[in-house]
Amino acid sequence: MAGMQMTENRAQWLSVHPLVVRMTHWINALTVLVMVTSGWRIYNASPLFDFTFPAAITLGGWLGGALLWHFAAMWLLVTNGVTYLLYGLLSGHLRRKLWPIKPDAVLADILDALRGRLSHQDLSLYNAAQRAVYAVLILAMISLVISGLAVWKPVQLQELASGLGGYEGARRIHFAAMALTVALVVVHVSMVLLVPRTLGAMITGRIRRDS
Amino acid sequence: MKKIITVQNLLSKGESSTLKHLQRRLFLRQSLTLGALSLLSGCQITEQKDVDQILHAMSAWNDRVQGWLFDPRKLAPEYPESAITHPFPFNAFYDEDEVPVIDEADYRLELAGLIQDKKPWALPELYALPQVSQITRHVCVEGWSAIGKWSGTPFGAFLKRVGADTSAKFVGFKCDDDYYTSIDMATALHPQTLLTFRYADQILPAKYGFPMKLRVPTKLGFKNPKHIRAIFVTNEYPGGYWEDQGYNWFSGS
Repeated sequence: MAGMQMTENRAQWLSVHPLVVRMTHWINALTVLVMVTSGWRIYNASPLFDFTFPAAITLGGWLGGALLWHFAAMWLLVTNGVTYLLYGLLSGHLRRKLWPIKPDAVLADILDALRGRLSHQDLSLYNAAQRAVYAVLILAMISLVISGLAVWKPVQLQELASGLGGYEGARRIHFAAMALTVALVVVHVSMVLLVPRTLGAMITGRIRRDS
Repeated sequence: MKKIITVQNLLSKGESSTLKHLQRRLFLRQSLTLGALSLLSGCQITEQKDVDQILHAMSAWNDRVQGWLFDPRKLAPEYPESAITHPFPFNAFYDEDEVPVIDEADYRLELAGLIQDKKPWALPELYALPQVSQITRHVCVEGWSAIGKWSGTPFGAFLKRVGADTSAKFVGFKCDDDYYTSIDMATALHPQTLLTFRYADQILPAKYGFPMKLRVPTKLGFKNPKHIRAIFVTNEYPGGYWEDQGYNWFSGS
């Protein structure tokens, strides 16, 4: 009887997130937090728009401190991001998890989510809304890195910068990509709060199948 | 001449700026602690020093990477007159009414360090050097940028003329507003690095750095010293006013 119980328990655990994905996910979460909060402090030194970010939610204490954080963490962001993308592309993880993204399915899932009817029975599969959010988040972060390079090196990488509207254009794209990234992270974290089981899955890699 | 680059000289020059400097350093240190603490709750105060060390080590690494990325033949984009920013912003570590007043007749540019001919230069002698103009974008570390027109003499040619050791690592600047900074030799020899005496075809006004400003379009604005009094060539890292407080030293564009 006891033996049967154990076999049953084992069968109920399903592996959903490989170790590489979990590690790069959490390193990325910490790095994005550092990049965004130090970036807000840098923004405050010369605001593009009619507002500044409250100092209490920024990192670095002053412009020089924020720049030190930003230009240190960028290496981690890029190294970690490239590791994730290479793994995702070579292993087929990205294709399996995020493809295909059909606009009507995404819309239907978003409407279901708003009505509180989106199913989360099988956490090993991303629904259409999730796939769209994660794919756009990846693209937003690639845009952040590319526009960030142009802002950092508008002379040495001037071919890149001129493709983004020069230094000032790249600066605005960098801000817009940050805003999109933060908005998607807010959606993502809100959904995790609504379906807390997903948090454990991203830590342990496994979920218990409901049935 | 040597006196120019001694630490004592630097300290005696302005008590207020030294005080500001120390306050900034303290502030930086505290802020890094707070940043580290807010990120990693439960982190010990002693770990603040480690975080500080890692950040400065990364900044030194970024200096090296930027040195590799720097292409001595790559020119900063130049713009038409119509692109010039009006008015060009005033920016310094003090207010505009504190801009130093420099007497043209008494002024001498002093040379020190690894330079053969250390004869001081009067302004008419400098104005008689070959002059070129550039309209380039000034990018401030704060994020804003502005386009201006500067005219002066190519700095690399000037260094060679006075017999500077161009195999040395650094060129340092000491300014009449107690500002100081330094650049790498490769950038000093870049064709667009100019020792400028004019802004918008007029003698450089006090607010833009009379009598001269080093224009370095391949670096951030704070690496473009104004009111230069002395130039020295050295192999010992000279630092800078902002660099010593935490701004990245190379700060290339």
